[in-house]
Amino acid sequence: MTDAPLIEVDHLIKRFGPKVVLRNLDFQARGGEFVALMGPNGAGKTTFLRILSSLSGPTMGRVRIAGHELPRQAAAVRRRLGVVSHMPLLYGDLTAEENLRFYGRMYDIARIDEQISTILDLVGLAGRRRDLVRTFSRGMQQRLAIGRAVLHDPDVLLLDEPHTGLDQDACEMLDAVLRQVAARGRTVVMTSHDLSRVEDLATRFDVLTRGSIRASIGKADMPRDGLLAFYRQSLEKARAESQKGGQ
Amino acid sequence: MRNYLRALGAVIWKDLAAEMRSRELLSAMLVFALLVLFIFNFALELNVKDRLSVTSGVLWVTFVFAGTIGLNRSLAIEKDRGCLDGLLLAPVDRTAIYFGKAVANFLFIMVVAAIVLPVYSILYNTNLFAQPGLLLVIVLGAEGYVAVGTLLAAMAVQTRTRDMLLPILLFPVVLPVLVAAVKASSGYLQGLPMAEIQPWINLLLVYDVVFTAISFMVFEYVVEE
Ligand SMILES: Nc1ncnc2c1ncn2[C@@H]1O[C@H](COP(=O)(O)OP(=O)(O)OP(=O)(O)O)[C@@H](O)[C@H]1O
Ligand SMILES: [Mg+2]
Repeated sequence: MTDAPLIEVDHLIKRFGPKVVLRNLDFQARGGEFVALMGPNGAGKTTFLRILSSLSGPTMGRVRIAGHELPRQAAAVRRRLGVVSHMPLLYGDLTAEENLRFYGRMYDIARIDEQISTILDLVGLAGRRRDLVRTFSRGMQQRLAIGRAVLHDPDVLLLDEPHTGLDQDACEMLDAVLRQVAARGRTVVMTSHDLSRVEDLATRFDVLTRGSIRASIGKADMPRDGLLAFYRQSLEKARAESQKGGQ
Repeated sequence: MRNYLRALGAVIWKDLAAEMRSRELLSAMLVFALLVLFIFNFALELNVKDRLSVTSGVLWVTFVFAGTIGLNRSLAIEKDRGCLDGLLLAPVDRTAIYFGKAVANFLFIMVVAAIVLPVYSILYNTNLFAQPGLLLVIVLGAEGYVAVGTLLAAMAVQTRTRDMLLPILLFPVVLPVLVAAVKASSGYLQGLPMAEIQPWINLLLVYDVVFTAISFMVFEYVVEE
């Protein structure tokens, strides 16, 4: 683990019109850390990840990734980010290989052919490399989307419910990819509703609810009754606190 | 600079490769363009003299409507699978994305023109290729149209009513291009002296430069959330 946090977020506020989605959110993550971001539907997890990935601008507050300020230095940040979102970010009329080649050019990846083969092997699509993505099943598209996100070996990997639509094999493939990425000192932030899945994957568990991170716990400090109990208690506590604050 | 050109080339290559496969844009644009030509052909049973004066109007109406279909599709493809996010996440100057899309759209309109002109020549029994000036006007007019159209399509695609919104936004803004292109085209077709055509060509040139520059500067803000 390196010392300076790769992701630093202070007092982040995000509004959509009059609606405040994130209020005073503080967050940090270091190299080698694997953060599972949990929270109820509509808590703002996707919004937060979109801000980290520079796709959406913060209304107020400070967001720094690898020492670069967002949104001002977004260009420098983008090279070091890998993103898996709800959507596959793939072109249906290009083959798996062509999709990766296109993104490889956009990221200026050296020895792209080798890298494409490595990635397709990694996500188990080597046999379908010349097939159009529009003929892929949802899970296969998701596999390729994951391959696309790690194609340029990013320092920070952001994933929004990446397990959705994946079969058992693919889930294990994804977990292996994520472990591999984290083991190389990269930072991973992943949202998920599948607590049993993230429980043995992540090194830290953050609960995002009511606009900010209300609880955070390291793997080593996990109470004996497990992640689900911790998650429930955190939501309960946040609700009690905000009711008190509201009165 | 090398990076810029590489990204630009990648976007153009991607659009052309996908289009070669699906022929989605070109077939829609072409079917539409040919239908317009046939409808005009039957609706305006013209004698030879009148024909000359409406030719350029018919041509440009065809290009503009077919172009709108192409522009809409071209940006909808980016939006629907989240590919626009994929482009915006890439560590490249966003104007390279804009220019890449614009160049691809320009090439699609050129393909449409390359098919519409001979068909028109046959239908109306004239030879539009006899006037190299007309070809110049088509290139200049299409450039201005695509420069603005790509920008506005990127804007419209973010909204729920994108198919309706694009023409409503686009047509008023491209009106100067349309007027200048129609005037210049019919000038060439009717064999008017260059002195009468030149002002329209100049207007096209100025429009192209100004609107390409504006689109270049504001594209980043249009796609930002
Ligand atoms: N573009 C937008 N305009 C207006 N409101 C938005 C926009 N995007 C998100 N929101 C609102 O922000 C809130 C948080 O949404 P977000 O998608 O971040 O939640 P989430 O935590 O990812 O939920 P889920 O678990 O369902 O994925 C929601 O109330 C949503 O309605
Ligand atoms: Mg979400």
